[in-house]
Amino acid sequence: MLAFVGFLVSPLEQGLIYGMMALGVYLSFRVLNYADLTVDGSLPLGAAITASMIVAGHDPWLATLLAVLGGAVAGTATGLLHTQLRITPLLSGILTMTALYSINLRVMGRSNIPLLRADTIFNQAAALGLGERGASLILAAGTAALLIFLLYLFLETELGLAVRATGDNEQMIKSLGVNTDTTKVLGLALSNALVALSGSYVAQYQHFADVGMGIGTIIAGLASVIIGEVLFGSSSVWRALVAVVGGSFFYRLVIALVLWMGLQPTDLKLMTALLVVLALASPQLKQRLRLGASGS
Amino acid sequence: MLRLKNVRKVFQAGTVNEKVALAAINLEIPAGDFVTIIGSNGAGKSTLLNVIAGVYPVDAGRIYLDDQDVTGWAEHVRARLMGRVFQDPLLGTAASMTIEENLAMALRRGEKRRLRKGITAAERALFRERLAELGLGLENRLNDRVRLLSGGQRQALTLLMATLKKPQLLLLDEHTAALDPKTGEKVLDLTIRLVEEHRLTTLMVTHNLHQALRAGNRTLMMDEGQIILDVRDAERQRTTVHDLLALFEKRGVYSDKLLLANAP
Ligand SMILES: Nc1ncnc2c1ncn2[C@@H]1O[C@H](COP(=O)(O)OP(=O)(O)OP(=O)(O)O)[C@@H](O)[C@H]1O
Ligand SMILES: [Mg+2]
Repeated sequence: MLAFVGFLVSPLEQGLIYGMMALGVYLSFRVLNYADLTVDGSLPLGAAITASMIVAGHDPWLATLLAVLGGAVAGTATGLLHTQLRITPLLSGILTMTALYSINLRVMGRSNIPLLRADTIFNQAAALGLGERGASLILAAGTAALLIFLLYLFLETELGLAVRATGDNEQMIKSLGVNTDTTKVLGLALSNALVALSGSYVAQYQHFADVGMGIGTIIAGLASVIIGEVLFGSSSVWRALVAVVGGSFFYRLVIALVLWMGLQPTDLKLMTALLVVLALASPQLKQRLRLGASGS
Repeated sequence: MLRLKNVRKVFQAGTVNEKVALAAINLEIPAGDFVTIIGSNGAGKSTLLNVIAGVYPVDAGRIYLDDQDVTGWAEHVRARLMGRVFQDPLLGTAASMTIEENLAMALRRGEKRRLRKGITAAERALFRERLAELGLGLENRLNDRVRLLSGGQRQALTLLMATLKKPQLLLLDEHTAALDPKTGEKVLDLTIRLVEEHRLTTLMVTHNLHQALRAGNRTLMMDEGQIILDVRDAERQRTTVHDLLALFEKRGVYSDKLLLANAP
């Protein structure tokens, strides 16, 4: 029993930390209805900014804050490519993501920065007397809860309603006097700020930043969002947000399980893709099963 | 008061598909007029409403609303002055959002959106009151997603949204056409009631000649980007559906859609 609880801790921490990224993906993919691939670049951007600042001796909280700003700038770039130059959502994200690969290398100065004995937000929290394990869990859970709360508040403001309507029915909200270029850029900036924050936490949690750590971020984010919807539903904004982080935990749990069962780490991306297909197809599958049962 | 001076709109100019949708339109609509607009398919009715709303720029001419030249204003800026209802009931509301959220967005039409609470308690009470006037029972469903409503209910809601914050101009483009005849008549009744109650200056496009003569105080007929008939008040009261059909026939623009909509 104790071993099982111990087994849960790591996926839980990862689920919470990557859950912040999934919240960002939820914002672009579900709320704005914008398939934004920038995230594959903004997650490592957050990690890169944080790691290089910490190594340079800056305060880790300041490093985290700057990572968030960096993510917001990346999202703004994608938004401007789309709204000002009329580049498609997909391509605008790919362009920023590609550019970020070079930018992240520049920020880091090399392809990998270890943070082994560096001062991180987790160490600082542990020094407050929370203990090493407790500190990671409490900090991750506290941040995720705070973000869910803030995002919920935002999505219920005048501005938040306008952002949601932009993703739902652009023509309608335009006819109500909202500049949808602005709401799109704002939504993408927020989304990528969340993703970069997640990247910053990841780097400090795993004690290194790597230029390649962003590969597959979008698919992991989608997996979390979709699994969350299937498992926990999305009947209200509140519930949908909690479901995203819940989905993220479940996704990390599945990964931990299949690794424990002996799957090669290199096969993980394949497994993730299959998981997303399964989650996406689940409504149809359910319907077919029901039809099959009643039809025969 | 709305004024159009020599407004011209050409689609795909310079190609073989060039189409003059509006040819030098001159039009004055004093405040309080309720104008119905008829015309065959492709006559330019929707284009007229769209250039007024700023959906696309004009190729020539100017548009004034209350003596302001709004010709260069973007669509979302003009929205401050105009309420709109589209033909497709799906276009006027955000389906994944609740009835009260949709109304709250409409109440702030043309205003800057801030980080303030999206809906206040006082507004909720107002929504309930205004929804009750529709007589559809929607006042008890403030938290239902709009997706759950029927086409007629959605169109009634859109109409309420367009008039919730009094617009200088109400633009209705065949907003009853996608509904079954009975629901369509109900939505038209509601339209007439709201327009009279708030004394709204209104432009309503319709294919239904009965509706065109029943609603409002003035009727325009369009053909090939031009206004070919403009009757109001006493003169319009003398006009019959028969007269309008005769006029269509004379122009040789008797379209299938018109025939269907106005079959005896
Ligand atoms: N966005 C557009 N691009 C190209 N051509 C257009 C566009 N919108 C309208 N047109 C053309 O302009 C002409 C006028 O169209 P409009 O939609 O204003 O007609 P309408 O009077 O509303 O017709 P209907 O009764 O069928 O709705 C038509 O020939 C149409 O094909
Ligand atoms: Mg039309």
